[in-house]
Amino acid sequence: MSAEYVLQMNHISKRYGENTVLNDVTLQVRPGEIHALLGENGAGKSTLMNVLFGMPVIHATGGFDGEVLLDGEKTSITSPHDAMLKGIGMVHQEFMLLPGFTVTENIKLNREVTNRNFVSRLMGKNLETLDMKAMSSAARKALDSVGMSIDEYTRVEGMPVGYMQFVEIAREIDKTGIKLLVFDEPTAVLTESEATQLVSVMKEIAKSGIAIIFITHRLDEVMAAADAITILRDGRLVTCRAKQDTSIVELAELMIGRKGEAMVSTEPREVPQGNVALKVCDLWVNMPGEEVKGVSFDVHEGEILGIGGLAGQGKLGIPNGVMSLYDAMGDVEIFGEKLKLGNASNALNAGIAMVSEDRKGVGLLLDQSIEDNIVFTAMQIHGEYLRKIGPFTQKNDKEIRDVANKMIADLDIRCFGPTQHAGTLSGGNQQKVCIARALAMKPRFLFVSEPTRGIDIGAKKLVLETLVRLNREQGMTIVMVSSELQELRSISDRIMIVSEGQLVDILPPGASDADFGLAMSGIKPGEHKKGGDAP
Amino acid sequence: MRKFDWRTFLRNNAVTVMFVLLCAVCLLYSGQSASFVMYELFGRLSRNAFIVLALIIPIVAGMGINFAITIGAMAAQIAVLWVIEWGVSGLPGMALAALLTVPIAAFFGYLIGKLLNKMKGQEMIGGLILGYFANGLYQLLFLFIFGNLIPLKAPGLVIKGSTGVANTIDLSTERGFKYALDGLLQLPFVQAMYILFAVLAVVTVVLLLLKKMKPVKGAIYLIVMAACVGLVQIPAVADIFSMVKVPTVTFLVVGVLCLFNTALLRTRIGQQFRAVGQNRTVANASGINVDKVRVIAIMISTVLAGWGQLIFVQNMGSFQTYGAHEQVGLYAGAAILVGGASIRKATNGQALLGCVLFHLLFIVAPAAGKNLFGDAAIGEYFRVFISYGVIALALVMHAWSGVQKKKNAKEALTT
Repeated sequence: MSAEYVLQMNHISKRYGENTVLNDVTLQVRPGEIHALLGENGAGKSTLMNVLFGMPVIHATGGFDGEVLLDGEKTSITSPHDAMLKGIGMVHQEFMLLPGFTVTENIKLNREVTNRNFVSRLMGKNLETLDMKAMSSAARKALDSVGMSIDEYTRVEGMPVGYMQFVEIAREIDKTGIKLLVFDEPTAVLTESEATQLVSVMKEIAKSGIAIIFITHRLDEVMAAADAITILRDGRLVTCRAKQDTSIVELAELMIGRKGEAMVSTEPREVPQGNVALKVCDLWVNMPGEEVKGVSFDVHEGEILGIGGLAGQGKLGIPNGVMSLYDAMGDVEIFGEKLKLGNASNALNAGIAMVSEDRKGVGLLLDQSIEDNIVFTAMQIHGEYLRKIGPFTQKNDKEIRDVANKMIADLDIRCFGPTQHAGTLSGGNQQKVCIARALAMKPRFLFVSEPTRGIDIGAKKLVLETLVRLNREQGMTIVMVSSELQELRSISDRIMIVSEGQLVDILPPGASDADFGLAMSGIKPGEHKKGGDAP
Repeated sequence: MRKFDWRTFLRNNAVTVMFVLLCAVCLLYSGQSASFVMYELFGRLSRNAFIVLALIIPIVAGMGINFAITIGAMAAQIAVLWVIEWGVSGLPGMALAALLTVPIAAFFGYLIGKLLNKMKGQEMIGGLILGYFANGLYQLLFLFIFGNLIPLKAPGLVIKGSTGVANTIDLSTERGFKYALDGLLQLPFVQAMYILFAVLAVVTVVLLLLKKMKPVKGAIYLIVMAACVGLVQIPAVADIFSMVKVPTVTFLVVGVLCLFNTALLRTRIGQQFRAVGQNRTVANASGINVDKVRVIAIMISTVLAGWGQLIFVQNMGSFQTYGAHEQVGLYAGAAILVGGASIRKATNGQALLGCVLFHLLFIVAPAAGKNLFGDAAIGEYFRVFISYGVIALALVMHAWSGVQKKKNAKEALTT
C-alpha cells in the first residue's frame, strides 16, 4: 500500500444555512480496517457520509469545508456515481434491490456483462445483449464470498430480509476496484445469527484489503467487529480510539456526553406511585420507520414518563399507536377502561390528547387563526363550542374567543391576538398552540411527541416549563417522547429507553450517561458485563 | 403439479375473462357468419396490432400506458402529407413516409419524455392531456401553416376556395400508397399458415438440435402446429377462414416488432427499462440515468406508434386529417389492457390477445346491438362505453392489488 490511509476526511465542516452540522471533523480509515462510526441522531454521521458520497444535497447547499483524500491523494467527489467509480461502495440501510429481478440481475444491475451483436456494433453498447451465463457465474462468486448458498436465479421478491442484506453486500463486493465499503446500520434488520454471520463476513472482506466504515448503534457489535472507532457528538469529533484502548461502557459514555446544564430545573420528588393511568400490553405499531414490536409498560397517575431512544427505533410509534394514528395492535387500558385501537376518536373520547411531532403536517392548520386551531379538535370530537340552531350548528364565537384568550394568557403564546394565523407564529409559539389545542380537549392524559423539535432554546425552555406546570398544578399525567435525552432527564420522573421497537429498560433520570448509552444501543445496563445481548 | 386456483386466476385475469364472455355473447347474437367475422378480424388485426405493441416499452419502463402515442400518429400523418405532396407513391412512398416519421416522432417523443419526467407518477394523465394539447398545434399546422404559409401543390390536398388541408387525405389515388404493404403478398389463410408453421418448425428443430430449447417445450410446439394443420383439413374449419386473405408482409412486420420488443428487453438498455420501471430510486442509486432511460422509452414508443399509424392508413386507404389520430391512444390502451396487461406489466402475447378480443367486440357489437335492441347505435355505444370502462377497471384493479396486501400491524412486522 502506498498510502497509510485509504480514506482521509480532514477538518470537514458543513453548514446548512445558520446551522452548523459538522464542525472540524476528521475521519481516517486504513486499508483493510473496520472502522466504526458512532454517534447519536444528529451527531453528523449521515452528513459526513453524504459528503463522502458527493450527494447532491451537499453541493446544492454550498458544499463543505475541509479536504477528502483517497489513497493519500486529494480528490473531489462530485456525485454518488463518481464515488462508485472511485471505489467507494455503500450497503444501504433500506435495501436498494429490485424485487422483480433475480439475485443475479440485482447484483449486476447497471454493470451487466454483455455480448456485442450486429445492432450494437452500429448503435452503441446500450444495445448489447446480456450474457446471463457470465453474469450469474460472477454473481455466484460474489455470493460465495459472503457465504450465501442461495440460488443466483432466485427472485429477490419474497426473500427473507436477512438474505437481501447479503445480496446487497455481494453486489458491492462484485464491483471491481472497490476500496472502501460503508455499512449503514446493516444489522438492524437481521436476526442474531445473521448479524453474527455478517460480522464474520465483514472481517473476511476487510482481510482482502477493503476498508469498511461501519455505522451502527449496537455497541456490542462495534466491540466484536471494529478495529478503530470514531465517535461524533453534535457535529464535533469526540475521539478516535483503537478497539483495545476502550470499553463498551466508555463508548456509551462518550456517545451520550453531557450537553450543558439542564434547561429546566424541577424540584426532586418521589416518583408518583398512584393508580395506573395507562396500561400498555404487547403493543405493535406499523408506523413506517418507527415500528414498535411488542412493548408493555405502565404509566402512573400524576407522573411524567419520558420515552427516549435513537431515531427510527420506535419511540415515536408508541404515542402514534396508542392514538391509533397508525395501524396498531395490542391491549391498552386507560384509567382502568379498555381502549379499542383502530380509530383515533376512541382515544380522544377516552380523554387522551396528543401533541404530534409533525407540527406542520397533522398538528396545525397553518392558514387558520389561532383560536380556530385551539378549538378545532374539541369541536370535531366533543361538539363543543357550537351553537345549535335547529338542525344546523354554528360556531360559538364568544366561547371560542374566551377559551383562546385564556390559553394565550396561560401558555404565554406570543401573538397579536387570537385571530392571527397560526402559520405566521414562530416555531415555539406554534408548539404552544398545539399544546393549547390538546388542552382544549380537557384531557386527563397527555402525549407530547418531540415538543422541542425545531424550536430555539428560549422557546424550548418555555414549552418544557409549561409541561411541568400542567403536571404539578393540574395533576396531568404526561408521556413525553423526545430525541433529546437532556430534555427528558430534566423533567421526567422515569425514562423509558426504546431500541429496535422494543423496551430496553426504564431508568431514573439520574442514571449515568453510560447507562443511557448502553440502553440506546439495545443493551440493558448491568447486563452487558455478562456478555449477553438483551433478547 | 401446482394446484390451479380458479379464484386467483379469475381475479388476476378479470378483464380478459369478462371480455371473452362478452365477445362470446355478442358473437352469438350478432348473427354474423364465422367466416365474415374472421375476415374482418384479420383485416383489423393487420392494421391495429402494430400500434398496440408500441405501448409495451413504456409500460415496462414504469410509465404506464403511453397515451401520448396520439402524437406519434400525428407525426406519421405529417409525413404522409408530404409524401403525397411530393408524389412518391406505392412502396417507395410508404418507405419514405416511414423514414420521415422517424425524426419527427423522435423529436416529439423527446419533448414528451422531457415533460413526463417533470410529472413522475402522473405519466398517464399527462400523456392524455398532452395528446389533446398537441391536437391544437396539429390543427394549427394543418389549417393554417400547410396550404397557406407553405403552399401545397398536389391535387386534392387543398380544396379550392377553402383554407388549410382537406378534411380527408386520400391514399388511393396514384400519388398515394394504399395497400403498399398489405398488397405485397396476399395469401389465403391456410397457405399463410403453412408457410408460418414451416418456418416455425424449422426454427424449433434447429433450436432443439442446438440444445437451446427444452425438448418437452419443442415437442409441444411441434404437436400444436401439427394439430392446427390437421384441423384446417376439416372442411367446416377451413370454411371459417375461407374469406380471409392474409396480408403476409404486414403480419411479418408485426412479428418483427414482437421480436424487437423481446430482443430489446434482453439488452443493457432493456435491463435499464425494467430496473427503472420497478424502482426509480434503486435504479438511480446504481448509476442509471433514470430520466434519460425514460425519455428513450417514450421516444421508441412514439416512433413505433407513428409507424403503426402508417400501417393503419395504408390499409384504410384514406384518413380523416383532423380526427384519425384522436382515438389512437385510447383504443390501443384499452386493447392492451383487455389482453391482460396491467399498467405495470405487459407482454407481446397480451398485446396481441388484447387486440384480437377488442376488435372482435368491435366487429360483433353493432350487429348484436341491432339484433338485441333493434338499433346498431346501441352496439356502437357499448363498444365506446366498454373501451373507457376497461381502462377505468384496469386502473381500479391496480389500486386494489395494493390494498389486498394489508395485514394487521403485528403480522406486517413479523413476516
